[in-house]
Amino acid sequence: MPTSFELNGRSVTLQVADDTPLLWGIREDAGLTGTKYGCGIGLCGSCTVLVNGRATRSCITPLSEVKNLAVTTIEGLHPSGEHPLQKAWIKTQTPQCGYCQSGQIMQAAAMLVDFPDPSDEQIDNIMSGNLCRCMAYVRIRKAIKLAAAEMRDDIASSPTAPETAAHE
Amino acid sequence: MSRYLDLSRRKFLKTGAVTGVAVFALPLLTRQGPSATAVAAEAADADSDARLFIALQADGTVVITCHRSEMGQHARTAVAQIVADELEADWDRIAIEQALGDKRYGDQNTDGSRSIRFNLERLRLAGATVRHMLRDAAAEQWGVAAADCLVEQHKARHLPSGRTLDFADLAAAVADRQPPSADAVSVKARKDWRYIGEGKPIVDMADILTGKGTFAADVRLEDTVVAIIARPPVVLSKVQSVDAAEARKVPGVIDVIEMPANTEAPVQFRPLGGVAVLASNTWAAQKGCEKLVITWSDSPNDGYSSEAFRKQMEAANEQPGDVHYSKGDVDAALKGAAKTHTAQYYVPHLAQAPMEPPAASARFVDGVLEVWSCTQNPQADQSLIAGMLGLEESQVRVHVTLLGGGFGRKSKPDFAAEAAYLAHETGRTVRVQWRREDDIRHGFYHTVSAQRLEAGLDDAGRLKAWRHRSTFPTIQSTFVAGAEEPGFETDLGLRDPPYALEHIQAETGRVPAQLRIGWMRSVANIYHCFASQSFMAELAEAAGRDHRDFLLEAIGPDRLIDFAAEGSKFANYGGDTDAYPFDTARLKHVLRRATDLADWGRDMPEGSGLGLAVHRSFLSYVATVVEVTVSEDGELTIPKAWVVVDAGTVVNRDSVRNQMEGGSVFGLSAALDAAITVDKGAVQQSNYDDYQVARMPHSPASIEVEVVDSEAPPAGVGEPGTPPFAPALCNAIFAATGKRIRELPIGKQLSA
Repeated sequence: MPTSFELNGRSVTLQVADDTPLLWGIREDAGLTGTKYGCGIGLCGSCTVLVNGRATRSCITPLSEVKNLAVTTIEGLHPSGEHPLQKAWIKTQTPQCGYCQSGQIMQAAAMLVDFPDPSDEQIDNIMSGNLCRCMAYVRIRKAIKLAAAEMRDDIASSPTAPETAAHE
Repeated sequence: MSRYLDLSRRKFLKTGAVTGVAVFALPLLTRQGPSATAVAAEAADADSDARLFIALQADGTVVITCHRSEMGQHARTAVAQIVADELEADWDRIAIEQALGDKRYGDQNTDGSRSIRFNLERLRLAGATVRHMLRDAAAEQWGVAAADCLVEQHKARHLPSGRTLDFADLAAAVADRQPPSADAVSVKARKDWRYIGEGKPIVDMADILTGKGTFAADVRLEDTVVAIIARPPVVLSKVQSVDAAEARKVPGVIDVIEMPANTEAPVQFRPLGGVAVLASNTWAAQKGCEKLVITWSDSPNDGYSSEAFRKQMEAANEQPGDVHYSKGDVDAALKGAAKTHTAQYYVPHLAQAPMEPPAASARFVDGVLEVWSCTQNPQADQSLIAGMLGLEESQVRVHVTLLGGGFGRKSKPDFAAEAAYLAHETGRTVRVQWRREDDIRHGFYHTVSAQRLEAGLDDAGRLKAWRHRSTFPTIQSTFVAGAEEPGFETDLGLRDPPYALEHIQAETGRVPAQLRIGWMRSVANIYHCFASQSFMAELAEAAGRDHRDFLLEAIGPDRLIDFAAEGSKFANYGGDTDAYPFDTARLKHVLRRATDLADWGRDMPEGSGLGLAVHRSFLSYVATVVEVTVSEDGELTIPKAWVVVDAGTVVNRDSVRNQMEGGSVFGLSAALDAAITVDKGAVQQSNYDDYQVARMPHSPASIEVEVVDSEAPPAGVGEPGTPPFAPALCNAIFAATGKRIRELPIGKQLSA
């Protein structure tokens, strides 16, 4: 059964079985390969995308569950790759191999909506579902704090604060 | 499936015939920018390193070919820095291409922490050669003496007149020039380096942060089918019968194919066999694979069980073993010692478990088998596939994608060979995707090990005698049937103890391998360093001495250790002993610096402690100090770690820091909870739920890294950060709790 949803602001209809995990729909049918497969059981976070703004493990989310919802992948986080998180990742030279980073950034984007000024403990707890086998955790943590500070500054200096910073 | 293709952002992938660009100034490439993989095999004029690694396009863009695999160590950035620096290229006018597997690049096996130490001088020379060609071409054009010209930031300049020519203006002229011989080329003075040293930002950053980096499973070729393979649960077992009826009913499943069995030792890099389900998409292939009903044959490895095997290794350690280093008379010295101490250590099998599970695509068109793989060693893919399919190596073309981590797993090309076999067999384009479960259950594992250390102290609490016995299934078994005598593992922290002792002996026991044994980041250094550096702390404790003081005294005076003269055939990581002597002054320096940074010796609160370890591996010296707190119920936290590394000359200081940070937590991860265990020949773990690697909350809150300023030849960086972490951690735990960890993983030992 075909499934229609919004992918990075564009309406898509995928002609595959609706029990197919969103991950494979995004990668193989919509053709966006920034979202990665890591474990298939929702334990590593490499496949994290936003579904209506909430961080979601796309490897365990069947297409049927995102019908008519808004899905954001790393490709849609910011039109020119300049989301505060992306800028902070550059500033801290965080990635090593980079494979997990799409998921890390999408999880962090969702977190900063709920916790604009996250404590170390909040960062650790919320990011604990995202594995990095290069073990770049110290820099990921630092980059998140940098991005959070920039986003708070932006909001403070903006006349109309955006409802969600993760959605462009 | 044409919707998969998006050539605009996949610059290194081209459908149809692959065209080479590693030729100087091909006019047809004018202003197109880099357009295809640098194909040395097609660069007819690539008769020199200059032409192998550097191409100048008509618009002046310098295309630099990286022949080392990128797996997070930032090899592509480093190679570009070296070449662009010597070439005096403007950093904003370079492009980086990834080399195919080709022997003309020399060694491409991206492991052993060798990319910089084997290539710095060679790549400098290649860059300098083209710089000389540009200078000479400009001088000719102007009709002036070459000695009056220099090349600076993408321009040749005539010094007396101030005239300049851009690289674009010289591209055509350079294309026809023969590279000068090496002795006619001078490399830059170190003080003139622009890019080598502090380093440039990561070249693949923008792609990674926007999801555009192409890892193995991201390669999109027309009409690709996806294969998922059920492999034998026990090594050397094969399919006895298979019922694929239900699998074939899954919509999307195209075919079910039995893979060639691998039932004879040595297993080498050959695929394990099993049954492949080919489908139009990954989900259908996975569902189909789950519906296969397979019975497997018995295997000679069916009796392998971790618990019993541990006893076998420990028993071997009670007997004299094969001797790899012997000096003085250890038996007599131990008998005559005022005090002796003995301890046994155990480290389980481990899996590399890179975030990107193995994956590869292959197609067989017009007699050419073309593969896209996340391989650490494309030449190994070539030779394995050619041998397996009866092709010439020249008929096997291996494209290297970005690697989502490697850690040694991806030096073994079995997964690409599976894709090649299926493409050859079916005539289709096939992508083999390993599930995480396949990766954990069917790896080339870090070996399991048991070690026994024994030492003697004199009346004054000084170390006088040292014996280290180590028993483990060897990597040799992967290549030689039945091999029980270790190979290069003995060079990794066993036969190179840096202690100024009269009586010293290093031995190994013999046991069979019953899994595929491979290598994982820093390899045998992991268990050898864990045991020897933990044991040093135990000895300091037994002597009632400060650990740092005791260790510095044991290392003894500043000297270059000549292991050959001392009775050890130490291979020194392939490094020339004149260029890379074992220098105890450098070892002691990193130890002193790390302990100073950590304020070693300060009073620690109840439940907190500092631990240290120091180790030379891959020719680099690394000292690690770890601070821990252990709560009453055994919960471990790590507020901080300090790492000091002396890797000689460094190309990118921040990448070195990055590798020390990552390498440290990689060592932590191996110590905390991870273990591969075997029952009746089959691996018992399957995914990140039962094979637990470190997560953010486990990681130290901060890691302070100091990179020693050095003009010594470059040494390894990717691996040396890993070995000292686990012993430093366990020594810190002892300092905090009095509990000595001799068995990894730590697991629940702190709450027990």
